[in-house]
Amino acid sequence: MKYSYYPGCTLRTKAKDLDTYARKSAEVLGFELEEIENWQCCGGVYPLSSDEIATKLSSVRALNEAKVKGQQLVTLCSACYHVLKRVNDDMQNVEDIRVKANNYMKLDEPYMGEAKVLHFLEVLRDEIGFDELKKKVVKPLTGKKIGAYYGCLLLRPGEILGFDNPENPTIIEDFIRALGAEPVIYPYRNECCGGYISLKAKDLSAKMCDNIMDSASGFGADMLITACPLCQYNLTKNSKATVPVYYFTEILAEALGVKGEEE
Amino acid sequence: MNGIGVFVCHCGSNIAATVDVKKVVEMAKLEPGVVHAEEYQYMCSEAGQERIAKAIREKNLSGVVVCSCSPRMHETTFRKCAEKAGLNPYMVEIANLREQCSWVHKDINEGTEKAVILTRAAIAKVSLNTSLVAGESGVTKRALVIGGGIAGIQTALDIADAGYEVDIVEKTPSIGGKMAQLDKTFPTLDCSACILTPKMVDAAAHEKINIYSYSEVEKVSGFVGDFTVDIRKKARYVDMNKCTGCGACMEKCPSKKALSEFNSGLNNRPAIYTPFAQAIPNVPVIDPSQCLKLKNDKCGLCARVCQAGAIDYKQEDEIVTRKYGAIVVATGFEVIKLDNYDEYAYSQSKDVITSLELERIMNAAGPTKGHLERLSDGKAPKNIVFIQCVGSRCADNKGKSYCSKICCMYTAKHAILIRDKYPDVNVTVFYIDVRTPGKNFDEFYRRAVEEYGVNYVKGQVGKVTPEPNGKLTVHGVDLLDNKQLKVEADMVVLAAAIEPSPEVRNIATMLTASIDTNNFITEAHPKLRPVESPTAGVFLSGVCQGPKDIPETVSQAGAAAVKVIGLLAKDKLLTNPCTAKADELLCNGCSACANVCPYGAISYEDKLINDHGIRKTHRVAVVNSALCQGCGACTVACPSGVMDLQGFSNRQIIAEVDAICR
Repeated sequence: MKYSYYPGCTLRTKAKDLDTYARKSAEVLGFELEEIENWQCCGGVYPLSSDEIATKLSSVRALNEAKVKGQQLVTLCSACYHVLKRVNDDMQNVEDIRVKANNYMKLDEPYMGEAKVLHFLEVLRDEIGFDELKKKVVKPLTGKKIGAYYGCLLLRPGEILGFDNPENPTIIEDFIRALGAEPVIYPYRNECCGGYISLKAKDLSAKMCDNIMDSASGFGADMLITACPLCQYNLTKNSKATVPVYYFTEILAEALGVKGEEE
Repeated sequence: MNGIGVFVCHCGSNIAATVDVKKVVEMAKLEPGVVHAEEYQYMCSEAGQERIAKAIREKNLSGVVVCSCSPRMHETTFRKCAEKAGLNPYMVEIANLREQCSWVHKDINEGTEKAVILTRAAIAKVSLNTSLVAGESGVTKRALVIGGGIAGIQTALDIADAGYEVDIVEKTPSIGGKMAQLDKTFPTLDCSACILTPKMVDAAAHEKINIYSYSEVEKVSGFVGDFTVDIRKKARYVDMNKCTGCGACMEKCPSKKALSEFNSGLNNRPAIYTPFAQAIPNVPVIDPSQCLKLKNDKCGLCARVCQAGAIDYKQEDEIVTRKYGAIVVATGFEVIKLDNYDEYAYSQSKDVITSLELERIMNAAGPTKGHLERLSDGKAPKNIVFIQCVGSRCADNKGKSYCSKICCMYTAKHAILIRDKYPDVNVTVFYIDVRTPGKNFDEFYRRAVEEYGVNYVKGQVGKVTPEPNGKLTVHGVDLLDNKQLKVEADMVVLAAAIEPSPEVRNIATMLTASIDTNNFITEAHPKLRPVESPTAGVFLSGVCQGPKDIPETVSQAGAAAVKVIGLLAKDKLLTNPCTAKADELLCNGCSACANVCPYGAISYEDKLINDHGIRKTHRVAVVNSALCQGCGACTVACPSGVMDLQGFSNRQIIAEVDAICR
């Protein structure tokens, strides 16, 4: 199976691990991530003002490319997933945005939201299946107590992202179980880390991250995993807690036995 | 034709403000057949009706058009008026100038233009009206009450006390409903069981009341005064006539894994059980999904210990068919499922409970014998937080748009009871508004705040987080202080919204009673006919019509009983003469009409027809006018235009359309 792949800028700079281990794992799992040409930054934030068009165009370009290739568009970063999915929803349902974006893009055929956006985790859950993934695991992470950290961008707004139940998600826990480890369920796993507020009010983000880390370690987590580079940054740089935070793709590659191959 | 009279009502300023009533009168006078037209401020008043009667008598009118409000409001009024003046009541037509014209228009020119057109259509129709005579049908002097909670019990008792037979059909093994599960009742704090169980006993002992417990309504046919109902008596596997209610079987039953429905699933019950000790009838049922004998033919212990020989593993469901003159729906409510409210951690923590679960915990016969304790570790809580409006008053589609009405008061009750019995426990209540209209209700709430020191916080809760130390943190906001709050709690109680019982959809369909978007049964008129459904002979009691507390439910139950008694007291009912009729000469017996008839009123007969001197046998449609409700579906379905609805004939409808398009 071949998917269009949208890495996003952070995965080329700060979050190379998220990208590298995803590609290696995909190879083992038997699917191909075909990076789309000429992708640009998604903007990192979904523009909430309804007359904002320019910042949505990068997403429309990526979505249209996947459509033209007849492939589903896979992404890894929570922010990219969030922005692509919401812009795609706009292109399907908000006539004003659809018309303006298409007028600007002048595509051969107007883009109407036909592409399907998948998070890498959704590929594992819905396309491969966690039971199949379990069979491919060669080094099960037995004995590890791992807390899933979802953050907010993957889950909300729930009715548009449709990723999982925003108040009580299970997908990353199921993923952890498939790799042979034990998921630690703690109530702050879907709370915000502060996101970009970290640039302006570091102490506020620090407080939010401490709540998350304290709750996770209080319930016995040895480590956290996340899909979001910004969450990873805030949790490791802003919190005084010392629980390590990894990208989910890293433990995936480890369990699949392809982590040590690099360099 | 002697001539048509047109009577235009101002309805105070309701019509006259947006419709030039004088102009309508002028224009009506120009219509063919109209010999009289006038306007008056309130045509429905005695003086207004006298004007109509006078014109009928003096001008010998053959048809009357009243331009007023909706026919749902006053058609009957004006028909009676015409009848008294000597005109056939079905020679009256209403032009709806209020709901369908003045109320929806702002511009007087537009309003007047439409009013003139509507009046013209009514005149065109009435000139083709024919005199119709209502038939008569009998009344079966027995009522059916669906649901055996406090609403159903009270309705049944009131009807039975008036001397009429009543059957109660209750789906669970015992009557009593939700009220039986409650510990105390607001605002007097009297024990729920102490005031309910005597009524249950009265109902069971009443010679006119017959209780079908563990039974469900399966099929309803017929019409007001003459309903035929199939009741499914589910297999109890216990012979009602032999069982003495000793309870030995329940004690010995080895299968004890089922969750007790009566205790809100907080503890277990055996496979053979009565829901609670005061159950009526005091005859257990065997739950076939739990019974070892019924599941894999092992055990049989209950049959061995039963001295009366009442256990019968071979018992099967039984269908009883009974006739009724009236049916009362009293199907009650359920607490909503909290699947959409994971932010309150109901599914994640045993110490987050619903208010109904708290009732069972506080009750001496409940799973904790009345001791207030955490379900996770059995420890006594020190801090309890109540969250109001969980799923009520929701702006999004996660919950219900309506106010569940009872939660503010029962939360105040819980807070008072806890503070009274355990004065060292801190109680916090998060609320949107505190709504306490009702006799002695606000005083009760004030007592909670002022005498019992309950901490009421105006604001909503965003999240409840279970903490590693076993406590809960409630993340809320204090709107009056404009502050975010984190409250530590040992227990969180959710005032979950109530919704109509899920069976009500099915029952409403069987009864052709309409339900609203929230599955509450619609009343015939929200103010003036609150206990009647729009379907004749079907009445409403309790929460099936809308959220209600116990006093309100009991009042409405009595009101529904009065309506039923009023119906059953009659020996004959007038039937609606506006029924369908088939033209035998044209009918080719294709069955299109019978296929669409929702009332099963159409059958077919082979008839000898004399068609222009040629005698032949035809299969033709025959309408049973007692069953026909005049919906008109058949008139549309008939490919040859054979079916006509009396009072709304195809010619009349076309004449109206022509008049409008003229």
